[in-house]
Amino acid sequence: MESGDAAQPFDYAVGMHGSKFFKELRDNKKIMGIRCPKCGKVYVPPRGVCGPCFQEMSEFVEVGPGGYIGTYTILRFAFIDPETGHQKPVPYGYGFIKFDGADTLFQHYIDIEDEKKVKIGARVEPVFAAERKGTIKDIQYFRVVD
Amino acid sequence: MAKRVAIVGTGQTFHKSHRPDVNGQELINEAVQRALRDAGLTIGDIDAIVIGNMDHFEGINYVDCWSVDGAGGFMKPVLKITTGGTTGCTIAIGGYHLVASGMYDKVLVIGWEKNSESDTSGAITTAFDPIWDRLVFAGAISGLAAEAQAYMARYGATDRDAARVSVRDRKHALNNPHAQLRKEVSIEEVLASPMLADPIHLLDICPRTDGACAVVMANEDSAEKLCENPDWIWGTGNRHSYAYIGDADMGRLTSMERTAREIFKKAGIREPRKEINVIELYQPYSFAGIIWIEDMGIVPPGKGAEYIWSGATDMGGELPVNPSGGVISCNPIGATGLVRCAEAAMQVMGNAEGRQVPNVNFAVSTGFGGCWWTDMILHGKKKPNY
Repeated sequence: MESGDAAQPFDYAVGMHGSKFFKELRDNKKIMGIRCPKCGKVYVPPRGVCGPCFQEMSEFVEVGPGGYIGTYTILRFAFIDPETGHQKPVPYGYGFIKFDGADTLFQHYIDIEDEKKVKIGARVEPVFAAERKGTIKDIQYFRVVD
Repeated sequence: MAKRVAIVGTGQTFHKSHRPDVNGQELINEAVQRALRDAGLTIGDIDAIVIGNMDHFEGINYVDCWSVDGAGGFMKPVLKITTGGTTGCTIAIGGYHLVASGMYDKVLVIGWEKNSESDTSGAITTAFDPIWDRLVFAGAISGLAAEAQAYMARYGATDRDAARVSVRDRKHALNNPHAQLRKEVSIEEVLASPMLADPIHLLDICPRTDGACAVVMANEDSAEKLCENPDWIWGTGNRHSYAYIGDADMGRLTSMERTAREIFKKAGIREPRKEINVIELYQPYSFAGIIWIEDMGIVPPGKGAEYIWSGATDMGGELPVNPSGGVISCNPIGATGLVRCAEAAMQVMGNAEGRQVPNVNFAVSTGFGGCWWTDMILHGKKKPNY
């Protein structure tokens, strides 16, 4: 894990399902979910097991990239980001995005240039990074489109 | 068949935002000595110890090891349980299981935290998934704010409704010498306090506290000899719901709903609003005071705010909530759930002094934390009928 000039000795595995998500995001700007064969729920991020059904999942489903705000907040207090060791720049929009075709919420930044537009149910789309590296930051943030 | 178990003594420290007068071990000892004295026991009478805190908060792990002297654990079985915010309630459930199983007669349960020695938001953030959750997650406040937004959108509740809860708990805290914050506030003051994360104002949320709590649990044979009015544990329960924050049903606490249903059914409680006399709710912020009494089944969905405004949950009301002032007034995180348990026990035992609710037959204490987890204990004046 790297943050600026600092490096930390952590090396987290994202697993096979998460790797598929990041490869599709990086190479094709596609958002991948995964469907439970028993309850039919589509999970984003994709993972190997549906918890409630305790069922193995393997059917990847493309979702989004559009969606709407499931819930959100705007962070205004100062705190140290444990990922960087520096104070997180505030304020920022913290959104829980419901991609079209997905059943769970996906957390990311929401653009808050016009705070009045940021509300539950507002349509959003992802703004992709020009140079994508296969990380969560390949999506820079979501912006309200209506 | 499980043995019946009762709480026979409780002890809390002097709580403050910063306790540089003691180290962690000494802080723990303060609560332990008081709990033993309350139970009329010495450390030699204790068969086993369950201890817990938020583990990585202070940057010193393995509390079961380094606290032995202060905990009284020398040459005793010491078990550590850590489950995040629910820790204080989970260690109580763990202690209950040890006694109910028949393995031990008397168990000492200890929760503690020195929040001043950590960065709480940063530490909580590291409890969540490094790949999917941490980019935007900002400790407990951010997730709770998203929960409040979802609830308000669904039921039309407002931040004024939530402020009413904060006013209640901060007023109740005036009666509790162990509360960290004891200052009455008005609804206007809550709404005018700085916005931390929409819609949570500074006065809507809990503080960070240094403190510890200890509880002594005993089996039926010992409890009645030790204590005139023991607090009988009628049931305990806990539920964990999911792995990633985005999987939650934002605006509802489904783990609370399931846990309450299980415990009340077991005890034969059909109308919790009428049969329960007091609740010590692990309520880290004001909005939860509206949402979670609905999930507990006290009032129907969407009716929480109306019930709060009626005064029913105030001291002297139909069902007082948080006579201690609750988590909003005092929050030594690893101890917070155990403080709820101890306060509920004191209500049942009739020794809650200035914050005593009259004629408590049943009390409920809860724990909240992790990924919207719920732990719950049902306390009763009479012995369980099963």
